[in-house]
Amino acid sequence: MTSRNPASRRPSRIGKWLRGLAGLVVLGLLSEILGRAGIVHRDFLPPASTILGRAVSLAGDGYFLTNLWSTIKAWAIGLAIAVGGGVPVGLLLGSVPVLNTAVRAVVEFLRPIPSVALIPLVSLILGSGQTTEVTLIVYAAAWPVLFNTIYGLQDVDPVAKETMRTFGFGRLAVIWRVSLPSAAPFIATGVRLAAAIALILAVGTEILSGFGQGLGTFIAQAQQSIDGTKDVLAGTVWTGALGLLVNVVLVQGERRLFRWHHAQTGGRS
Amino acid sequence: MMLEIEMVGHSYAGHTALQDVNLEVAGGELLSIVGPSGCGKSTLLRCIAGLIRPAQGRVVLNGAQIDDVPDNLAVVFQDYSRSLLPWLSVRDNVALPLRRRGKPKAERRAAAEAALATVGLSGADGMYPWQLSGGMQQRVSIARALAYRPALLLMDEPFGSVDAQTREDLEDLILQVRGDGMTILLVTHDIDESVYVGDRVAVLSRAPGTVIADLQVDLPAKRDQITTRELPEFVHLRAEVGRLVRGGAPASQAS
Ligand SMILES: Nc1ncnc2c1ncn2[C@@H]1O[C@H](COP(=O)(O)OP(=O)(O)OP(=O)(O)O)[C@@H](O)[C@H]1O
Ligand SMILES: [Mg+2]
Repeated sequence: MTSRNPASRRPSRIGKWLRGLAGLVVLGLLSEILGRAGIVHRDFLPPASTILGRAVSLAGDGYFLTNLWSTIKAWAIGLAIAVGGGVPVGLLLGSVPVLNTAVRAVVEFLRPIPSVALIPLVSLILGSGQTTEVTLIVYAAAWPVLFNTIYGLQDVDPVAKETMRTFGFGRLAVIWRVSLPSAAPFIATGVRLAAAIALILAVGTEILSGFGQGLGTFIAQAQQSIDGTKDVLAGTVWTGALGLLVNVVLVQGERRLFRWHHAQTGGRS
Repeated sequence: MMLEIEMVGHSYAGHTALQDVNLEVAGGELLSIVGPSGCGKSTLLRCIAGLIRPAQGRVVLNGAQIDDVPDNLAVVFQDYSRSLLPWLSVRDNVALPLRRRGKPKAERRAAAEAALATVGLSGADGMYPWQLSGGMQQRVSIARALAYRPALLLMDEPFGSVDAQTREDLEDLILQVRGDGMTILLVTHDIDESVYVGDRVAVLSRAPGTVIADLQVDLPAKRDQITTRELPEFVHLRAEVGRLVRGGAPASQAS
C-alpha cells in the first residue's frame, strides 16, 4: 500500500518534514534580516530570534502558563462536549431520515453564520467568562462533528448492514457494530476539524471579550502595553504551536486507528 | 414443508424481476437454484431472508409468514467482499454472529478458527479482509455462515471466485454440513454444481423470473467428485438443466 508507484514520486514523510522546516527557517531568516537591518521597525516586527527567545522564556513564566492552561481547559471541555453531543445527534439524524429532513431547515439557516460573529452576542447574554467561551466553542465545533457523522453514515455499505441483520442483530446493534465503526474515520476527520475550530474560537473569544484568562487575553493585554509586540508575537507562536501539535497528534491517531479505511480507499481520505 | 414460496412476485421501479414463483423446500433439503443472469435469483433470496417484502405473494417459514428477518438464518451474499467488516480481523468477522448464540468469547474464537480451517483458511485468522484475495474473502463469508450453524442457509453464488479445486472441496463441505440437518438454498451459475450438490434443482426463466422446472436429483446421498459425475443419471440431468437454462424445452417432464 505504501510502495505504489505514485508514492515513490511524492516526497517521503521525512522529506516533507524537511521541506516544511526549510520553509520555516527561510521565514525566520527573512524576519531576522528585516528586523536587524532596520528595514522594518523593531517595535512592529522584532527579529525572529527575539520572538522565539521570548516564546521559550514564557514556558517558565507562571502568569503566562496560567493563561495557557486556561485556554487548553476551555478548548478541551468545549471540544469534548461538541463531540459528545455531535456524534449521538449525528447518529440519530443519520439513521432516522424523517428527523433529518425535519431538522435540515434549521441547520441550513444556522450553518452559514460565522461562529466568530456570534462572540459579541453570546458575551452579551452570558457575560465574558469561561461559560461564554465554552458555549461558543461547543457551538462552532459541533458542526463538523455532526456533519461528518451524518455523511459517514450515508457511506455505510448496505450489504454489511443487511448481513448483520440476517444474523439477527437488531437495529441498534447494527448501528453500534456496523454503522458507527464504518463512519468512524469520517467522524475522526470531523473531530480534527472541530479541534482546529475550537482553538480559533477559544483564542478569538478571549481576545474580543477583553478580560478573564487565556492565551487570547494574554495577547490582547500585551498589545496594550508598551513594548508588547514581542509578547503578542510570542503568544501567537504558542497558539500556532498548540494548533500544530493537536493536528499532528490527531492525524497520527487516525492513521493508526483506521488502517483498514486507508487500505481500502488507497489513502485518498 | 419448512419453506413455502407462494406466488411471489417483485418489481423494482417498474421493472419486474420475479413473477409467480412457487417453490417448496422440506427441512434438511438442499435446493439448487439456477437461471440466467438478471432473472431474479438474488431478489428471491432477499425475499426469503426478509430483507425485502415481495410485492406479490408470500413466503412462509415453519408455518409463519416472513415479514422480517427470520430467526436462525445465515446468508452468504453474492457481494461477499462488501458483507465482511474491514475493521475486524477475519477471525472476529466469523466470530461476531456467534454473539447471537450467547457463547462466551473463548468459545466464539475457537468456533471461528475451526470454521476457517474447514474452508482451508487456518493461516489467515489474524489477517484483515482487505488483505485477502477475492476467493479467500468468499471463503471467509462461507465460514462465517457455517460457524453460525443456522437452520436455514441461503447461499448466493458462493463459489464464484475460487479455483476449481477449492470449489470442489467447498461443494463437498456443503454436502457434509447438509448431513447435519441444515436446510440450504444454493444459487449457482454452474449447472454441474447445481446437480452435484442438490436434492432438487429449480430452474428459473429469463426475466421476469419464474420457476420453469423443479427437478428431483436421483443420485445417491453419498457423492464424490469423480464417480458421481460419471453416473448416467448425473450426465442426463445436467444436460436437461443445461437445455432449460438455455431456454430449450424440457426433454422429459420431471416433477
Ligand atoms: N436494488 C435494485 N434496484 C433496482 N433494480 C434491481 C435491484 N436489484 C435487482 N434489480 C434488478 O432486478 C433484476 C433481477 O436482479 P437479481 O439481482 O435478483 O438477479 P440475479 O438472478 O441474481 O442475477 P445474477 O445471476 O447476475 O446475480 C435485474 O434486472 C436487476 O437489474
Ligand atoms: Mg444475483
